[in-house]
Amino acid sequence: MLARIKEFLGMEAKPKEEASEQEVEKVAEEEKAKPRIGYIHLSGCTGDGMSLTENYDILAPLLTEMIDIVYGQTLVDLWEMPEMDIALVEGSVCLQDDHSMKELLEVREKAGLVVAFGSCAATGCFTRYSRGGQQANPNHESFVPIADVVKVDLAIPGCPPSPEIIAKTVVAVLNGDMDYLQPMMDLVGYTEACGCDLQTKVVNQALCIGCGTCAMSCQTRAVTMTNGRPEINEDRCIKCGICYVQCPRSWWPADRINQDLGL
Amino acid sequence: MVLGTYKQITLARSTDKQIQKISQDGGIATGLLCFALDEKLIDGAVVAGPSDEMWKPEPTVAMSSDDILAAAGTKYTISPNLWMVKEAVRQYGLEKAGIVTIPCQTMGLRKMQSYPIGVRFVADKIALDIGIFCTENFPFESLKTFISAKAGVDFGLVEKMDIGKGKFWVHTADDVISFPIKETHGYEQNGCKVCLDLVSELSDVSTGSIGAPDDWSAVMTRTDAGETIFSKAVDAGLIETKAMDEGKFGLEMLTKLATSKKEKAMKVIDERKAMGLPVPFKASNEKEGDPLANV
Repeated sequence: MLARIKEFLGMEAKPKEEASEQEVEKVAEEEKAKPRIGYIHLSGCTGDGMSLTENYDILAPLLTEMIDIVYGQTLVDLWEMPEMDIALVEGSVCLQDDHSMKELLEVREKAGLVVAFGSCAATGCFTRYSRGGQQANPNHESFVPIADVVKVDLAIPGCPPSPEIIAKTVVAVLNGDMDYLQPMMDLVGYTEACGCDLQTKVVNQALCIGCGTCAMSCQTRAVTMTNGRPEINEDRCIKCGICYVQCPRSWWPADRINQDLGL
Repeated sequence: MVLGTYKQITLARSTDKQIQKISQDGGIATGLLCFALDEKLIDGAVVAGPSDEMWKPEPTVAMSSDDILAAAGTKYTISPNLWMVKEAVRQYGLEKAGIVTIPCQTMGLRKMQSYPIGVRFVADKIALDIGIFCTENFPFESLKTFISAKAGVDFGLVEKMDIGKGKFWVHTADDVISFPIKETHGYEQNGCKVCLDLVSELSDVSTGSIGAPDDWSAVMTRTDAGETIFSKAVDAGLIETKAMDEGKFGLEMLTKLATSKKEKAMKVIDERKAMGLPVPFKASNEKEGDPLANV
């Protein structure tokens, strides 16, 4: 099964025989105790969950053979939050919404790994623009990344995160592939994101090479390139952080890339 | 390992007379893309095409050999080719996209493929990356300075630019003007100063003039995809090869320049780290193994 998923994802171009034997053992072990996964929906648009389901080719076996979904609105008929190995939290948390706050704090208690799933949970994203004063509750004003309130273990930004990165992350978690997950662990600290990071953290730091990766990655087309440098249309920027996250000059996963290319 | 991992290194040039005439050196990028397109190994390619302004390239999706020929030749300024990759897949519907990149762009591409965090269903559509050797790149205004102030040529009269034999060359219809490459120092873009890669170590095939005689290119095939396409083009007679000179003006020169780029960059990386400035690469004292590796 895992091999099929990896083949689908083009992961590990040239698996060594030794490594694959270990993997088989590891998978066999994992399959005995499928990780229990919960999906917690705070202030997000459900786009992150939809992106997950876009992994059509692997979704059915993933859900039936590799993991157990044990909690989630509309997914599981369960009132009390159970103990979970991994909790995927979609959406930022509203400080004035007692229910969301209580649920998030409970997630931290009940889950081994808390994942900020999608940019709303990771950076606040679009909800950063909220100023309250709207229906149904004008008092709901302050929406923050979940890491502002609880300790977060992994962050997968994106509005939404791509189906591939979700699948790759699941495989890495199942495999205990901490090297692959390291950038997602580091991104937990990246909670104040903005297109202007390209200017302050890359161009101002003499690191920009005008490659255009940021402009390609921007999910709202807020970034264009002018004279070889990114230009941000702030009216379009949703503060998801993807431009800076994909920039080759923000962090550089050299070993993984060589491994993926078989170099 | 200053040249990265590769399967074979050779001298090569396109056998097509038209490509020879309009392209840089051996015309490998142009020749390989045209071949790959004809053979349907790719269905389009992102290249540095012409824009409304002379000598200012614009990332372009080439869908035909004519489009590729229109983009032939080196432009010594920034063309954010990665910008067009999503466009190529979404708007042009490419399933097997080719792309030409300089080393830093190759790095952006490969990072996106290994970590496609916010880039949905694009990474798997990249079929061929041709990496160009690059010592440094120049903002467009720097290039203008070279042409008009240093070479004293009207921008509109320039037919070709070239770097080789320690000089920057400007060709017009009836004249060839050059000035020492040293005079370009201080005009390069700043981001190049921490770059550890001259030879596009992560491309499928990399190519450039360093280490090759006039009208030839050095070529390194790196991945299976790169080796396959290159060998097919050679077998089809569209590219001819000859052994690379191991000596002073061949492999030795390429190794020397790649090493010197890495050493200079490591010095800057170490200085920046000591000052607490951000840099995505490891400082000398953080590196295990190869002190000049692109990590």
